[in-house]
This record gives sequence, C-alpha cells and structure tokens, in this order.
Amino acid sequence: MQARFRLDYPGFTLDVDLTLPDKGITALFGPSGSGKTTVLRCVAGLEHAVGGYLSVGEHVLQDDARGLFLPTHKRPLGVVFQEASLFAHLSVRKNLEYGMKRAGNARGEGFEAMLDLMGIRALLERDPERLSGGERQRVAIARALLTRPRLLLMDEPLAALDVRRKREILPYLEALREELDIPVLYVSHAPDEVAGLADHLVLIDGGRVTASGPLVETLARLDLGPAFADDAGAVLETTLAAIEADGLARLEFPGGQLFVAARARLVGSRLRCRIHARDVSLALAAHGDSSILNVLPAQVVALAEAETPGHVLVQLRLVPDGPSDGPPDGPLLLARITERSRQALGIAPGLNVVAQVKSVALL
Amino acid sequence: MDSSSLAAIWLTLKLATLVTILLLVVATPLAWWLANTRSRLKGPVGAVVALPLVLPPTVLGFYLLVVFGPHGFIGQAMGALNLHRLPFTFAGLVVASVIYSLPFVVQPLQNAFEAIGRRPLEAAASLRASPWDAFFSVAVPLARPGFVTAAILGFAHTVGEFGVVLMMGGNIPGKTQVLSVKIYDFVENGDYTQAHWLAGGMVCFCFVVLLLLYGGRKRGSWSR
Repeated sequence: MQARFRLDYPGFTLDVDLTLPDKGITALFGPSGSGKTTVLRCVAGLEHAVGGYLSVGEHVLQDDARGLFLPTHKRPLGVVFQEASLFAHLSVRKNLEYGMKRAGNARGEGFEAMLDLMGIRALLERDPERLSGGERQRVAIARALLTRPRLLLMDEPLAALDVRRKREILPYLEALREELDIPVLYVSHAPDEVAGLADHLVLIDGGRVTASGPLVETLARLDLGPAFADDAGAVLETTLAAIEADGLARLEFPGGQLFVAARARLVGSRLRCRIHARDVSLALAAHGDSSILNVLPAQVVALAEAETPGHVLVQLRLVPDGPSDGPPDGPLLLARITERSRQALGIAPGLNVVAQVKSVALL
Repeated sequence: MDSSSLAAIWLTLKLATLVTILLLVVATPLAWWLANTRSRLKGPVGAVVALPLVLPPTVLGFYLLVVFGPHGFIGQAMGALNLHRLPFTFAGLVVASVIYSLPFVVQPLQNAFEAIGRRPLEAAASLRASPWDAFFSVAVPLARPGFVTAAILGFAHTVGEFGVVLMMGGNIPGKTQVLSVKIYDFVENGDYTQAHWLAGGMVCFCFVVLLLLYGGRKRGSWSR
C-alpha cells in the first residue's frame, strides 16, 4: 500500500509518504493532534489531500496527477470510527445488512462466521442504543468487514471505552489479527494497544512520519523520542513452552527464555510480551543472589539520552549462549538506567552485560 | 355554522395541506444546505429565510402584492407569458403562505440535520452508500423528529396567518377567504356567535397541535 498526502491547515501541515505492507496490522501511532487521524481520513477519501496518491494492492484509489479521486463510497475499504457510529434508527441486523447490500454481498457471504467471530449473534435484533460500548464497536467492526473490504481502517476504536470494555474487546481484535487476510490501518495513541496488536508501526508527530518499520524492530529503536517516553520498551514474540509445577509459565524465544506468571493459555500458543525499558536493569555479571528470575545475557548495541532527566536508554541484543566472539543475533531489548550507573559500570557499545528483567507484560 | 364558514374552513385546510407539502419539498434541501455549507452565503441566506419571523405580516404581504402585481417584475413576466397574475387568487395565497411559513419549516429541519452531524453520513459512505442514498437512508430517518416538528409548525402557522393572506388574497368567499379572515368579518359585522364557533375551534385545534408536539417530544416517541 502506497500513500502520499499533503494537506495545509492554518498552523499545521500534514506531509506523509508511506509504503506499507499489504497484510497485517499497521499502527499509526502519535500524540493527539499529530495528524494520524487525518492520514486515515485521507485514505478513506473523507478528506481530499489535493495532489495526493493512494494505492491498495494494485488498486489506485487516488492519483490527482491523473485526475483520479474515488469518493469514499467507491473505495473498497471499511472504516471503524472512534465512536461506533451505528445507525440509531436501524437494528443491529439492519446495520450489518446496510453495508452488505450496498457492497454487493446481498447473499450475506461470511455473515454467520462473522457473528461468531465478533460474538454478536445474540445482539442481532437489538437497537444500537441498548448495546454497551464494547458491543457497539464489535458490531461496527463486523459491519465494516461484511462489505468485504480490501483494507480496514480503524480510528482509535478503543479510545472511547473504559478499561473493562477495552479488555472485553481486545480478544476479538486479536482473533481478527489471526483471521483477516486484508491489511488493517489502526490509529492509536495507546502504547499498549499498539504493542499488543500491530505488526508494523508508523510513528507520526507534527504531521510528519518520524519512524516506520516492523513493530519489533521499531519499538527497540532509541530515537523514538517523546512518543513513548516512559513507555519505551521492546516487544518479544514468544511461544508458551510449558507451565511448570510452581505455576510459572516458561516462554521461549529465539535467544532465550522468560518465566512469567501463568495465564490460561494453551502450551504452544504464541504470546507477545512487552518489556518496559524502565523494568530492565543491568549488571556486569550474573549473581546468584538476586530475587530477579529473568536474567538474560546481552551485549550493548547503542546508548541514547532518555526522556527522563539523568537517565540513559540502552539498546541491547540478547545473546543466547552467553558471551561469544561472533556477532550476536538475538532479539533487541531496551533498558533504562541512570547516567550515574552507566558511568560507574562503564557501559558502552560492545560490552557484555546481563539484563535483569523485573517485570514482563503479556499482551 | 353557515356554508360560508364551512367553505372558509375547507379552504384553510386545503391551503395549509398544500403549503405544508410544498414547504417540505422546498425547505428540505435549503435546510440541508444551511446545515452543511461552509459558504459565506450561509449567514445572509439564513437571515433572509428568518425574515418572516420578525417582519409584520402586512409588510411581507405588501411587497408580495407589489412584486406579483401588474407593475411588479414577476407580475409583468407572468402577464407576458399569459399567466393569471397571483394576487387575489388561491395560487397567490399558496405562494404567499410558503414564503411566510418558510422559517418555521427550515429551522427545525436545519437543527435536526445539524444534530445528526457528519459522522453517520461518513459511516454510510464507508459502507458504499452514495451521497443521495445516504441522505435518504440515513439523514432523513435520523431527522424524523425534525420533519414532524417542521410539518406541524408549517401547517399550524399557515392556518393561523392573517395579515399576509388579507394583503395577497383579499377576502373573496370560497376563493381566498380563509378562516382567520372570516372571523374578522364576523366580528366586524357584530356576529359574535359565529365568530365564537370559529375562534373557539381554532383555539382547540391549536391546543391539540401543540399537545401533540410537546407531548410527543417528551416521550421521545418520534425516534422510531
């Protein structure tokens, strides 16, 4: 997918040029007012960035150089807005059918499967106003997907929900990630959502793209600036290898293993974990006398000033088999330590250290 | 009640019904435009539409008479086309009433469209509805309470007008003599009994209309 937009507002210019993968979830992440929602609206055709270009797969939806600008209703995409924007005068079933009929899916292909995927079968005859916020969003997602779009756009679909409703809907979004074979553009300003759901990350600030790349690599970068600040941290893709006798789950990843409190998941399932930089401390050698369980050998790759005064961010590469001569190839991790400790320990690129992980967030 | 009273009632109902239908046709696109435009003309157009709210009906009636009369530019144009001029005809009453009651229909509709906002229409567009389709399948049903209010106000206001119809229509029994003018006639001739019948009827009618309007609004039963 290719998108090139430039829009001038008084005091704000949006100028983006993006090449994004044609599958998986791409998160547009940035503070409010950064222009991420405007990018989404441009893709949807709700905003016309004159001189822009947009293609999804081999479909060109906008190319002003050739005088092409498809209006929203002629674009093969689905949109889920921040508030569900279900039609208040129609039942859930009629809402779902609204898009299906108009998108040439009158026979309702995939209708039954979608009801189960989004868990909305029991809501069909209800009015939107009698649904909870989470239920409304699930209906809105189903309604968008039943038009069989080639691209799904989601504009902070969880932002209007409280924590409980968010937790209620996240499993459905994860299920989507497994089931969908179309790309998703997901706008969010919540680091946890992005780290948990996205495959690809685009950072937007002040109307410009400041970083774009695969999620795991991008989150481990040192130059993301204030976008993550206290939330800086790397993501590890792991497999639940075993649940041990003492109730801890053993997660394996290329380059090591982690122990976390077990949650009811099937052994063998994929688990994404997030390790905040603030939860990682460094030592020069592994001591047997610490209560910290997850101690991972690593090599310092680079350092940068952290957003917190007096602190530095350290980018580490995990080294599976302890110090070795060859270049390490494990995943990246971030640690945030004080400048004072950095000097005391003499931490510099190339140094072998051990990373002590105080806590791991399962996503 | 004598036959001329019945004729006046019948004429009034015929006029109000026709005017209400015409008003809904004219006011809907106008209200939609006013609710959605970012044009600089929005202010002036809105003000012109609202003028009948504040102008004395005789002022409006006077100018309508001038413009549509034999020396007015529309009157002359109609004369040139061999059309019957509008003053002192039923058609003239209809035209005058549409203009006079316009704000009572435009404003509830405009408020209703503004209350809906852009989002449901954007959602409809993202579900492949063309702008016309989205208007009729989403905007109109969601604005239904506005349409009910607009129709009731337009109808009731047309029934109740006096100054404009007297100026534009005159007082021709069976042709342009509406209820309010008929009551005026009875009073002028000292026939208070007949005036009571009509005036009392009007009070009842207006009360029932307003009861429907406010009662319905309280229950919120118009949303479906």
